[in-house]
Amino acid sequence: MNVYPARSNQIAARMLGDEMMIMSPRDATLFSLNEAGALIWQSADGHTPVSEIVQRVCQEFDVEPDEARADVESFLSELAGHRILNFTEEAQ
Amino acid sequence: MSALLQSMNSRAASLNIPLGVQLDVTYRCNERCVHCYLDHDDHGEMTLEEIRGVLDQLAAAGTFFLTLSGGEVLMRRDFFDILEHARKHLFCVRIKTNACMIGEKQADRLRDLGVESIQVSIYSHRPEVHDAITKLPGSLKRSIEAIRRLKARGVKVIIANVLMAQNFGDYPGVRLLARELGVESTIDPTITPKMDGDRSILGLGIGIGELKAVMHDETLVGDIAEFCAPPPPVDSDVLDELPCSASHTYCYISPYGDVFPCVQFPLPTGNVRQQAFLDIWRYSPAMNDVRSIRPRELPVCSTCSHVGGCTRCPGLAYMAGDMRGPSVQDCEKSYARTGIPSANMMLRAAVRHDLVQIHL
Repeated sequence: MNVYPARSNQIAARMLGDEMMIMSPRDATLFSLNEAGALIWQSADGHTPVSEIVQRVCQEFDVEPDEARADVESFLSELAGHRILNFTEEAQ
Repeated sequence: MSALLQSMNSRAASLNIPLGVQLDVTYRCNERCVHCYLDHDDHGEMTLEEIRGVLDQLAAAGTFFLTLSGGEVLMRRDFFDILEHARKHLFCVRIKTNACMIGEKQADRLRDLGVESIQVSIYSHRPEVHDAITKLPGSLKRSIEAIRRLKARGVKVIIANVLMAQNFGDYPGVRLLARELGVESTIDPTITPKMDGDRSILGLGIGIGELKAVMHDETLVGDIAEFCAPPPPVDSDVLDELPCSASHTYCYISPYGDVFPCVQFPLPTGNVRQQAFLDIWRYSPAMNDVRSIRPRELPVCSTCSHVGGCTRCPGLAYMAGDMRGPSVQDCEKSYARTGIPSANMMLRAAVRHDLVQIHL
């Protein structure tokens, strides 16, 4: 079953050089994502499944699919834990 | 400031990115605060489409922190269209308002649109003092009701209290009110001259004795010994540091599209109705002139023992006649804090002394 990560519509975000800055207005926590994190974040649009995000990471950063899947899933879960992203089972 | 925010600021400065921008959407206001520096007539505000275009440009330029202010932002009927567009671009939006026009519906929308914080001006906990400053009867009651509405919806509110002779004694009451409402509060002893250069409203400000009392109030400053410590010896690094964020990572845009280095720095650098924002930000000679200022080249301040710890505002200095000169209000703050006169104060005292000798 595909899962679709979606960025919260409450956050603020901007690319600063090659880093993605994100602020959660809920508690003003600031996050900084590197290039790989930024790619995953930007792909979390609510209609791109995790499987496709993994493919994008593999293409962009030359990593093995299994390793990429583990990293992407763990990263997305961490962002969801901060409530700046959520998962849906259907594309939005 | 968090380490991440500090590194974000340094990165933005090195990449020449306007990380923070204040956009005043109108100068019109429903209050007539005695100390206000603005002319409240509408001299041709930007339209909604023009503002949307500016926001598009700011997002492309890398702006992250966007402050929407005025005047009173809600005097514009299209304010929520502006806010919606800003949030589509994922700006971290902060709003400055008197909140009098924030009812249930407006509070719902502010929550839903994910505003980072709302700053509300409160001058006293007593209606007779607050309303005498705003010249709007019932304004304190309305502002407080709005704060409660916002707070009930989980929106972050910050009370901003400008200190003047008229309300100085009430700041502890305002802080108590903020605590009761469950919101943060700030106080600001700076009165800014009017944008047309009229300095008469500066007379409304607090005196040096009151400023000293504020600087030595441990409920405000924490550890008094540390806060009021004499300035450390000046090292050469301090003389090459960036003086403030104006023109480095921050600028201000008026309702008429004029771009300035800061809201408190009315040096014209260009207008977004005539030029692309980034062309003004990057290439305006005036913006680059401000950008070039370092403490080392300031004729008086570079010789001052406070140069490393002073909050010198180049905009206030500009309004006093020379953006490379001292900012008298900041000299007074350094003196009130430490008891040590600034180089500028000593110079002025010497000149006065000489004048007296000549006169005699």
